[in-house]
Amino acid sequence: MNAQIAIPSVQKRAAGRRRLQRTWRTNLTFLLFVGPLVAGLVMFTYIPIAWGFWLSIHQARATITPQEFVGLAHYAWMLKDPAFIKSLTTFGLFTLFIVPTTYCVSLGLALLVNNVRFAQGFFRSVFFLPTACSYVIASLIWKMSLFNSMPYGFVNMVLYWLGLDPVVWLNIVGPPWYWVVLVTVRLWLQSGFYMLIFLAGLQEIPRALYEAAFVDGAKPGSWATFRHITWPLLYNVSVYIVLLNVIAAFQAFDEFWNILRGAGTTSLVNVARTPLIYLYGVAFGDLNYGRGSAGAFILAAIIIGVTIAQNRVMGLGKSHY
Amino acid sequence: MGLQNRVDTMPVTSPEPGRAQRASGASGLRTAWRRHTRLVPTYVPLFILTIFFAIPFYILFRNGLATHAQIVNVDRWLWLPLPLRFDNISRSLTSTSPPITNSLKNSAFISIWSVVGGLLIASLAGYGLARIPCRWRNGVLYLMLVTMMIPGAVTFIPTYVIVARLGWVNKMAGIIVPGLFSVFGTILFRQFYLDFPSEIEEAGFMDGLGYLGVYWYLVLPNSAAIIVSLGAITFIGNWNSLLWPLVVAPAKEMWTVQVALSTLITDQVIHLPELFAGAGVAIFPVLIVFLFLQRYLVAGYKLTGVTG
Repeated sequence: MNAQIAIPSVQKRAAGRRRLQRTWRTNLTFLLFVGPLVAGLVMFTYIPIAWGFWLSIHQARATITPQEFVGLAHYAWMLKDPAFIKSLTTFGLFTLFIVPTTYCVSLGLALLVNNVRFAQGFFRSVFFLPTACSYVIASLIWKMSLFNSMPYGFVNMVLYWLGLDPVVWLNIVGPPWYWVVLVTVRLWLQSGFYMLIFLAGLQEIPRALYEAAFVDGAKPGSWATFRHITWPLLYNVSVYIVLLNVIAAFQAFDEFWNILRGAGTTSLVNVARTPLIYLYGVAFGDLNYGRGSAGAFILAAIIIGVTIAQNRVMGLGKSHY
Repeated sequence: MGLQNRVDTMPVTSPEPGRAQRASGASGLRTAWRRHTRLVPTYVPLFILTIFFAIPFYILFRNGLATHAQIVNVDRWLWLPLPLRFDNISRSLTSTSPPITNSLKNSAFISIWSVVGGLLIASLAGYGLARIPCRWRNGVLYLMLVTMMIPGAVTFIPTYVIVARLGWVNKMAGIIVPGLFSVFGTILFRQFYLDFPSEIEEAGFMDGLGYLGVYWYLVLPNSAAIIVSLGAITFIGNWNSLLWPLVVAPAKEMWTVQVALSTLITDQVIHLPELFAGAGVAIFPVLIVFLFLQRYLVAGYKLTGVTG
């Protein structure tokens, strides 16, 4: 009797131990695979955020260890600093210029490329190629040659052929021509990338919709087919592209840094400072890490806020047809 | 597999055979002509835009192969400054005032190790999350998704603080290591492995391989498409990045090529030909990657674009 009961219970316990062993072995294997990533994320994302927050409520000048507690003073100072507010205005202005132009250019490129059969790959490559160029090299080309303020700059040369006077592109006084330089360089660099996303979106549109429209008398490639079929069906792609573009514009640094800074244009970088250039100055110019961290949190909050707001207004995932 | 399918799926509308046969003689010529004129509004703007998009590259190489006097010539634009001055390149490479050659070496080191390390970490984690049944899976996924909400460029100050704490300022590790942990790459790998045919893996388990063996001998060798795509994107991104190396490695011997060029742009004395020749050399590796791996890049950017 005893033995009869004992045997299954022993078996069950052994099976339980085996299962436990197997679970633990699986967990260990999982750790081996996923552990490096998790450790890295903790080390270089979570701890920095926590430490950064701790710094942002302390005094920390020229040191990365928090000194005396200051509460939200850094945040208050930041929000009252006219230079910070101005950097946000610069971002707003830049967004106003770059988002619509990028949208139109990349959509236009995608429609044109999608429309051709011969040499389609060639044209796609041409427009996509600038994506590989760095902002530094593009800024160099733009500042030193393409939009050089001297008469030997390429655009000034073109203006001369057209019988116009050369323009001082990077000036502090007079019309803010530097916006043309800043907007065109980014337009050249990023349009190809957004064109690819639009192309992917265009391919998702079922051909049957166009065929139905043609049966109803619409002409292929006409404004009506674009307005009533293509564009509405690209709604989600459009929302996504605008969002990516706004976030990228908010984090603009390289072209402002390279084009506006430097000999002869020393004060121009102060005329149009992006939020990141401003933060760079606070943290690595003044070595005020406490204030810099506070600024980083304010910027992060703004980006997340903009993302959520845009989602509310335009609604990613909402269908519009 | 899924990736490669996505590469070249531009819709090729087949020319309707019926119409071509129907059209004959003069009327056929007319329809053919009409069909061609219909393409004019597409090809003409495409050619003009092509020229516009190519001008900056043309200027880069023209200036890199010209003399200073030719570049600053105000009388007319020299389209092709002959003879081409290839010695600008060697002069740019041997200059030490910005150490271009050393900065190229630094950039190569950083980019290659970022690609190798980043891909290994992301594919390991992606495979683990896709295939190993573990109750921590959702927790890890959640942890990852939260970091995706945080805009990358904004965390550079807090991350710098930690890197400084580790004593990694002006060290290669400081530039490379914080960038190795890509949530985004992990998610792409996970998606790729979820679609991976599990029969191959089961065969491996039958033969007595563990998860690690299956991953190393069977899964990884069959992930070439996504590895090349993400690798090319990672390489270009690291080669071209400016802000992080600028912040974390300000010492001259640690400069990447972008930091060196960026310093050159704002120098008091500028030697235009050497500057442009240096930029031409700096863009060369990226152009090579681009030309040879373009289809993978397109696929990768589409994936990142669509999933991101």
